[in-house]
Amino acid sequence: MSVWRSLQDLVRRFLGSDVFYSFRRSPTVVIAFALTLLFMVAAALAPWIVPHNTYEVASLSLNDAFLPPAWVSGGKLTYLLGTDDQGRDVFSTIVLGARVSLIVGFASVFLALTLGVALGLVAGYVGGITDSIIMRVADVKLSFPAILIVLLIDGVARGLLPRDLHDKAAVYVIVLAIGLSTWIQYARTVRGLTLVEKNKEYVQAARVIGLHPILIMFRHVLPNVMGPVLVIGTLGLGVAVLTESTLSFLGVGVPPTEPSLGTLIRIGNNFLFSGEWWMAIFPGIFLVILILSVNLLGDWLRDALNPKLR
Amino acid sequence: MFAYIVRRALQSVLVMASVAFVAFTLFQYMGDPINQMVAQDATLAERENLRRVLGLDRPFYVQFLVFLKNLVTGNFGFSFRVGTPVAQIIAERLPATLELVLVAAMFALFVGVPAGVYTGLHRHGALSRFMLTISLIGVSLPTFLIGILLILIFAVVLGWLPSFGRGQVVQLGFWSTGFLTTSGLKALILPSITLGLFQTTLIMRLVRSEMLEVLRADYIKFARARGLTNRAVNFGHALKNTLVPVITIAGLQIGGLIAFAIITETVFQWPGMGFLFITAIQFVDIPVMSSYLVLVALFFVIINLIVDLLYFAVDPRLRIDRSVSTH
Repeated sequence: MSVWRSLQDLVRRFLGSDVFYSFRRSPTVVIAFALTLLFMVAAALAPWIVPHNTYEVASLSLNDAFLPPAWVSGGKLTYLLGTDDQGRDVFSTIVLGARVSLIVGFASVFLALTLGVALGLVAGYVGGITDSIIMRVADVKLSFPAILIVLLIDGVARGLLPRDLHDKAAVYVIVLAIGLSTWIQYARTVRGLTLVEKNKEYVQAARVIGLHPILIMFRHVLPNVMGPVLVIGTLGLGVAVLTESTLSFLGVGVPPTEPSLGTLIRIGNNFLFSGEWWMAIFPGIFLVILILSVNLLGDWLRDALNPKLR
Repeated sequence: MFAYIVRRALQSVLVMASVAFVAFTLFQYMGDPINQMVAQDATLAERENLRRVLGLDRPFYVQFLVFLKNLVTGNFGFSFRVGTPVAQIIAERLPATLELVLVAAMFALFVGVPAGVYTGLHRHGALSRFMLTISLIGVSLPTFLIGILLILIFAVVLGWLPSFGRGQVVQLGFWSTGFLTTSGLKALILPSITLGLFQTTLIMRLVRSEMLEVLRADYIKFARARGLTNRAVNFGHALKNTLVPVITIAGLQIGGLIAFAIITETVFQWPGMGFLFITAIQFVDIPVMSSYLVLVALFFVIINLIVDLLYFAVDPRLRIDRSVSTH
């Protein structure tokens, strides 16, 4: 009973907080949140809710290829947004594609965040040569656009793998490439915050009672630097989804057998001239809505968590 | 100031050295070049012999030095895929990319700066709001989608502009240019808008916010009190002072343009270096990949260096502050 009570208390405190107040006051953010949530739920449940499972090659029929959207003459009602060159339902491929895009997005943000936060904490707390080395690597990396580094890591990983594994490992390669090229932002932010936190009394107290430095870093300093990390992570999700779709569009990303939104746009791009516009445009619209909602959410979170702007 | 330049130059050399090192390790450890070169039934002795002839048995640092010397003399090795010297392939592709980047940068400057001044001067005008909304949409759309939309509208539906390739090019010595023919110029329009749109909106927003800030300054009020015309105040006094950060950002963005040309070139099948790089990644063509990397890094380092020095030349306050603090 008391667990229920404290849970109620927590919810009430959240509903009364100023973060929730600023959320409620902005209709744009509420819509962006609803759309993001919708995308995530749809992506999570995708295999069970799509009208046609496009991963099952046996269920596809080439007779149904190149059908236009249902409201255009010649379209069928079962294929709401039309079909592609292999007779796959475009709406189903979009939902399944958004799933792939979001999985890659979350995984690469998780990788970058873990790596960046850990390195930033160590650089800030330990200082000295460790700090210089980590930050010089970050500096060199920062002098190039991220897309170039992502492409390079992608290319190297492809070179190291045997050719027949390329398609199977593609998702992991992309996660690795995006993760390894975006950890710098987390590291720089966390390092800066750690430098401030390090001199506060609670850290000195922890040091005095003889706690191990690793314990101090991860148990005591870490919780106090997580706010900004959350913001970078949210904005990073938008960037990761965008980067993944760009790689897939360029043909060095997710293979066409289990396509992401970017792969779908790449496939559709081949048929733009023959008039089958729906194959590229609908995945494009969904991609833009997804990225825009995540970015709006991230922007809002940044402002809401920034005490200076209140 | 001299110390600053030296420090900056040293930093550039360091960046170039680390990029060359990455390129070298790519060469060295990604697949055995001997396997690519000898016949299937070559004996072990033949392989060892070739290894010695190519100098692959020498210590690591000697090989790195040889690699550096080759880079400096423009010897980038041979493409695994087509077998021709990489330097030659890149020299063929370089003009296409540089012309595209140049036009895109011009587009960004000559649309971005006036649009920024306008939206800064007429904050609440309907046209300003329209431009800001358009720019927001432009920022949220991925580059390749902008390209696809432009192709759909202007090439497929309206049929006004070509959607791929460079059109007719004229050969001027080693440089092939698309500036001298109508089809070449027409082919430049869509790719350069696609490539430059992000930078245009960036420059516009930057100029706008700088204008808003500068227009509030005392010297602007004073200029108005002196009875100068609006034109003289807005352009002679205000705009001039907004240009310092614009130069920095615009300069740094040229590097971004070269990188993002990879995407634009793929969408428009533009025969430039970026397209070459993507093909190299798809076919794991290591010499092309690492040469592209070194070349782009060189562009970046040179641009960054020029921008830093330019910043120094444009803003007199910087010079004074530095010389005071160092003495």
